[in-house]
Amino acid sequence: MRFILFYIALFLGCAFNAANAEVFERTLSNGLKVIVKEDHRAPVVVQQIWYKAGAMDESTGTTGIAHVLEHMMFKGTEDVPAGEFSKRIAAAGGRENAFTSSDYTAYFQQLHKSKLPLAMELEADRMRNLNLTAEEFAKEVNVVKEERRMRTDDNPQSLMYETMMATVYQQHPYQHPVIGWMNDLEALTVADAKIWYDKWYEPNNATLVIGGDVDAEEVFALAKKYYGPIKSRVQEVTRREYTEPSQLGIKRLVVKAPAELPQIFMAYRAPTMQDPEKDWKPYALEILAGVLDGNASARLNKHLVREQQIVSSAGAGYDSTSRGPSLFLFDATPSEGKNVEEVEAALRQEIALLVNEGVNEKELKRIKAQVTAGEVYKLDSLFYQAMQVGQMESMGYGHRALPLMLEKLQAVTAEQVQQVAKEFLKDDNLTVAVLDPQPLSGKPKPQRKGMSHGH
Amino acid sequence: MAIKSKIMTVISVAALCCTAGIACATPKIQHWQSESGAKVLFVEDHNIPMLDVSVNFAAGSSFDAVDKAGVASLTRRLMALGVTGMSEDDIASGMADIGAVLGGDFGQDMAGVSVRTLSQAEVRDQALDIMARVLQTPVFPEDVLAREKTRTIAALKDAETKPGPISNRAFRKAIYGDHPYGLMSEVDSVEKITVADIQDFYRTHYNSGKAVVAIMGDVSRQLAEQIAENLTAKLPASDAMHSLPEVAMQIASSEQRIKHPATQSHILVGAPGMSRTDADYTVLYVGNYILGGGGFVSRLMEEVREQRGLAYSVYSYFMPLKQPGLFQIGLQTKKEQADEALLLVRKTLSDFIEHGPTEKELQAAKDNIIGGFPLRINSNRKIIGYLGVIGYYDLPLTYLDDFTDKVEKVTVEQIQDAFSRRINPEAMATVIVGAPEEATQ
Repeated sequence: MRFILFYIALFLGCAFNAANAEVFERTLSNGLKVIVKEDHRAPVVVQQIWYKAGAMDESTGTTGIAHVLEHMMFKGTEDVPAGEFSKRIAAAGGRENAFTSSDYTAYFQQLHKSKLPLAMELEADRMRNLNLTAEEFAKEVNVVKEERRMRTDDNPQSLMYETMMATVYQQHPYQHPVIGWMNDLEALTVADAKIWYDKWYEPNNATLVIGGDVDAEEVFALAKKYYGPIKSRVQEVTRREYTEPSQLGIKRLVVKAPAELPQIFMAYRAPTMQDPEKDWKPYALEILAGVLDGNASARLNKHLVREQQIVSSAGAGYDSTSRGPSLFLFDATPSEGKNVEEVEAALRQEIALLVNEGVNEKELKRIKAQVTAGEVYKLDSLFYQAMQVGQMESMGYGHRALPLMLEKLQAVTAEQVQQVAKEFLKDDNLTVAVLDPQPLSGKPKPQRKGMSHGH
Repeated sequence: MAIKSKIMTVISVAALCCTAGIACATPKIQHWQSESGAKVLFVEDHNIPMLDVSVNFAAGSSFDAVDKAGVASLTRRLMALGVTGMSEDDIASGMADIGAVLGGDFGQDMAGVSVRTLSQAEVRDQALDIMARVLQTPVFPEDVLAREKTRTIAALKDAETKPGPISNRAFRKAIYGDHPYGLMSEVDSVEKITVADIQDFYRTHYNSGKAVVAIMGDVSRQLAEQIAENLTAKLPASDAMHSLPEVAMQIASSEQRIKHPATQSHILVGAPGMSRTDADYTVLYVGNYILGGGGFVSRLMEEVREQRGLAYSVYSYFMPLKQPGLFQIGLQTKKEQADEALLLVRKTLSDFIEHGPTEKELQAAKDNIIGGFPLRINSNRKIIGYLGVIGYYDLPLTYLDDFTDKVEKVTVEQIQDAFSRRINPEAMATVIVGAPEEATQ
């Protein structure tokens, strides 16, 4: 519960939405946007509230506060004592959770449709009436530190990713981990949490998404009843926007951590979708990621794992949508006896192949077929459909961009894919991160042939 | 091959469970035996133009030979990496071209192949044709086996450096000893595996009479019958019987402290738990919800995280298998406080066993499990999962219909009785990886 979403997409970006026929939208007078997705397959409902505030809105010195506040949202209000929120949702047969990313913070409950009023009452209450105490804060920040140790400090791949992001970005807040630097977690106080809560937890900085076996008009009436009385305290929540300076050349870094196998990440700075109608490059990059790693027959698996057997695994990913800058990311683990230099060369060879020869129509068609099928499969998950709506709203595109994005993806040409490979997969945009595996203490690591990082 | 009369039984269940004021229709499960001898479970649902199919066998890791642990897993994996007339790339691209997804489960008991596809006829037929070949004509190429062995060994060596996998392996060994549930792929055992081992395992475990076919989605009954037949008719015939020895329920108390440079200790405590068909299944399930299964509202969560902030995650669960699977309590906490957290876990468990839950806790558990029942069956993916389990473990077709009634009937006394019969706090295995230094071996 209360977990973190990293802004990493190692597989074919986000699948895009097709059937938006039954999506209804209304904005309450306090600015809260309410979006309803009717789905009458089962007598259940999901409520998600999305705040447009994530780790990228934090400042140096208080990194991690967005996520810590997310934990504190379960610690009670004037009317609902600490722990009661979860107890009441559980007693109603509900499942609940929350997540923080660099771009947003969201809370959700899934329950029988008859319990929606209860979920709304509780969620609306903690939008305004959170009770932040030093005592609960001190306990909860310890929980978050344990979470950081588990997710990052003791996980070589996460450490490598964290260090890489801190290297890729010089100014943009994406350089900071969502969970926060340990030293900042040590320094955070309940006052920091209060400042964060008061600034961002406003109805006009939030989107309420309700999906399931509901009637949209009834949902709007309920939303008005429970969320309507909360007054927005500012006309508009203001935020600092950052523009990362241009990269002036390749960057390289090494992370040493206990592991057996080395690993390599190659991160190319790439454009983020600005205008879903006019842009075409982000769509071409999504398809490119699919050609490289969208399925078991995609290039990286076919060429590097199966044919050359130079890696034991390899992937590529790109996410066109986000509030901040994007990356086109490769990751690979060398096969036994191969080193990261050989793997980097092999990845570069794949890129050269794309740049020089482009992709064939068959590959293109395959990726588009997968996108089409993915849209149908998505209908099997009410939660995921609601989640896409919330993400699109929180990142500023609006959920109505979803069907448009799907059309645009289908329109990408082989020439466009080749062109974006040429334009963005070049050294001046590149950061290379390498995991240098360290033996566990007291257990000497056997020398292996071909290892460039021998110990 | 056992040829049974066509469509021996047709049992349709359409029931309403009306408990705690919540009515919800459970899926109507149709059941028959195909001509090939396979057991078939089917739910027809035309809401979404897609189809899920899975075929499961008693071919999980517990069927491995001791010195060749890893054969079961490699057999399953290689089935999708080359069939008569199709290379691994043909299989992968054949599926990807139509947006179909080939997958399958692998565990201690079961191994299986699954597919998710659009239900449009030509797409569906292509996906099911490839699935049929994966099931019935795998060729296990020598070079593919060599490559997959290398990858498996690399992953095993990497896992040997990671505290989570180290603790899981040590824990399973401590609980099961020489029982097949303790079998895990090892570098040495995988190195020895040959194509002949794989072929032999395939022939003796992937048989039509032992197949459980689950079909969920947008096809007619008639078509579902044809699909089940096509997926199983040409499976190898074998009279080999595979049964598991009984699990020794009483284990000796043990505590392993394993050194690791991680900042946190990974702590696991447990014992053999319960089987899928255990008479105490529902009682233990509800009891465990209260102890450590109920997310934020469990006792372990309350004591370890909410009251003291000692861990991010702490849980307990029973893994229900053919034979008793693990009962496991787990958490991660920084080294310096590992012993404090472990004491607290032990105390919470022994209090629970000694006194049982309160009436209030039991009511809260029932409210959640019964009230949340519709969330268990609100997608095709969840329903086909249940079909697979009901079929494999021979649960009654009314399993889903009966579930909430059974939960409603559980009492505090039953929970205390069942836990005290099953879990002896004095005879449990404990594994601590990244243990506090002063006490480390």
